[in-house]
Amino acid sequence: MEISPLSITNEPPILLLPLFGAAVRAGFPSPADDFVETPLDIREHLIKHPSATFFARAEGDSMTGFGIFNGDLLIVDRALQPQHGDVVIAAIDGELTCKILDLHEQLLRAGNSRYAPIQLNDYAELLIEGVVIHSIRYHRCSR
Amino acid sequence: MFALVDCNSCYASCEQIFRPDLRNKPIVVLSNNDGCIIARSRQAKALGIPDLHPYFKIKHLIKRHRVEVFSSNFRLYGDISQRVMDTLMHFSPNIEIYSIDEMFLDLDGIDLPLEGYGQKMKAILWQQVKMPVSVGIAPSKTLAKLANYASKNIPKCQGVCLLDNPEKWQWLMKRVPVTKIWGVGSRIGKRLTEHSIHTAWDLASSNPKTMRRHFSVCLERTVEELNGTTCLDLEDNPPDKKQIYCSRSFGNKPSELDPLLQAISLYACRATEKLRAQQHLVSTIHIFIHTSPHQPNYYSNSAVVKLPYPTDDSRMIVAKAKQAVRKLYRPGYKYLKSGIGLIDIMSKQHCQPDFFQPPQEKTADALMATLDNINQRYGSGSAFLAGEGIRERWPMHQQHRSPCYTTDWNDLPTITT
Repeated sequence: MEISPLSITNEPPILLLPLFGAAVRAGFPSPADDFVETPLDIREHLIKHPSATFFARAEGDSMTGFGIFNGDLLIVDRALQPQHGDVVIAAIDGELTCKILDLHEQLLRAGNSRYAPIQLNDYAELLIEGVVIHSIRYHRCSR
Repeated sequence: MFALVDCNSCYASCEQIFRPDLRNKPIVVLSNNDGCIIARSRQAKALGIPDLHPYFKIKHLIKRHRVEVFSSNFRLYGDISQRVMDTLMHFSPNIEIYSIDEMFLDLDGIDLPLEGYGQKMKAILWQQVKMPVSVGIAPSKTLAKLANYASKNIPKCQGVCLLDNPEKWQWLMKRVPVTKIWGVGSRIGKRLTEHSIHTAWDLASSNPKTMRRHFSVCLERTVEELNGTTCLDLEDNPPDKKQIYCSRSFGNKPSELDPLLQAISLYACRATEKLRAQQHLVSTIHIFIHTSPHQPNYYSNSAVVKLPYPTDDSRMIVAKAKQAVRKLYRPGYKYLKSGIGLIDIMSKQHCQPDFFQPPQEKTADALMATLDNINQRYGSGSAFLAGEGIRERWPMHQQHRSPCYTTDWNDLPTITT
């Protein structure tokens, strides 16, 4: 059996293109030669702890007030300590859900008035699975 | 000091990562084609579901206890294993990947209480990867293995066992049968009883030179290691495989020759790809086919084929493998499995060509390199020999496969907001 993990860390960088200013032999040397830098890699911005990060798909409308819509891509970091006000993934009785963590009131809040907040103490089996550090939305209409 | 970190019920635990509803439930994972049980969660073990048992034989148990069943999802397990390793890199710069679910760490120079360090590894791996692990820490790899065994079986350890002085490991060894020691299988264990060696302690207190004389240098080293002397260091690079096998069971047991030829072509190509990856050549191959041993009229046959010259050319190996299958094939049977082994392999760099026999042509090297490049760049199976078949007509039986949560964009876990 073949194992072909597509881990976040080891993927070859997609956006990195080396700048070979010096390869231009004729003419004036590029004034940028002394300032060659690697281009920005979006993963550096989105992912701080690759081996503790997973992606998930949001489903539902309870978080629209915080800008998370149905179908959005969630980037979830399990290495972060959940803080008051974080968007978190919680497992409630074995079901994964995305809410705002309110540590002052010991609640999980929805971002939509149609959904009642959830008392942290009401559930014996409530675990915070990770912190949603980014959400990504595709903005073109056709897909 | 060495640590051995072992993922508890690795495959079953991988299946529970994105299914919190199953974390305290009995679940099992089946081998390729849903043949045998290859992993069980703690709760499944407690129900008495035996390991490595054919699935169909214990289906009743599984039904009665509502055990969740999974087909093996090696893409998921491979990715999770990689995450476990990457996480462990923070604990030691020197790590040996012993298997998909076991890693040795070199803890020399770690100036912290090691039991707490082990507990921290365990806690971090649970928090960040959701993988439960056991940790054994000791002055040699063999003792670290023993410590790991203790960490799993002695509840008081809470998953971490540190053997840092002879009293501790002696106490333990007197209570552990010798067959539980790393490198001592049931076969050696049987022979050891003839020498009145029953417990690990009996072995540790035996004369290493005698063990060498009666058994092997490996067992001599084991004795030394059990006494706290480091004989085995971490292996950075796993040694090249001495033999490469590729075989698989058919989902829908075919009885015609054609699918058998296609399958062997595919396996031959896979095996040869691996051969090229470790820069070796093969001069002898082993081909086998058989029907189900659980059904009447069992037929099994194999052939060993010497190749005209040492090669890594898929075309040559496929041609010879197909020739062999044609000879082995008998009509009227439903075949369960076929496979190929590259059994006599040598380093390409150090290969001595035959004076009278021309070696592989340079054009073959170029073609194979191109093939590998294409497949590396555009994904495995982008370019292949036509003989492998355009569409696999022998799909794997994987009725219960979980999504590839971390390796496929279409399989991401969904989260209700």
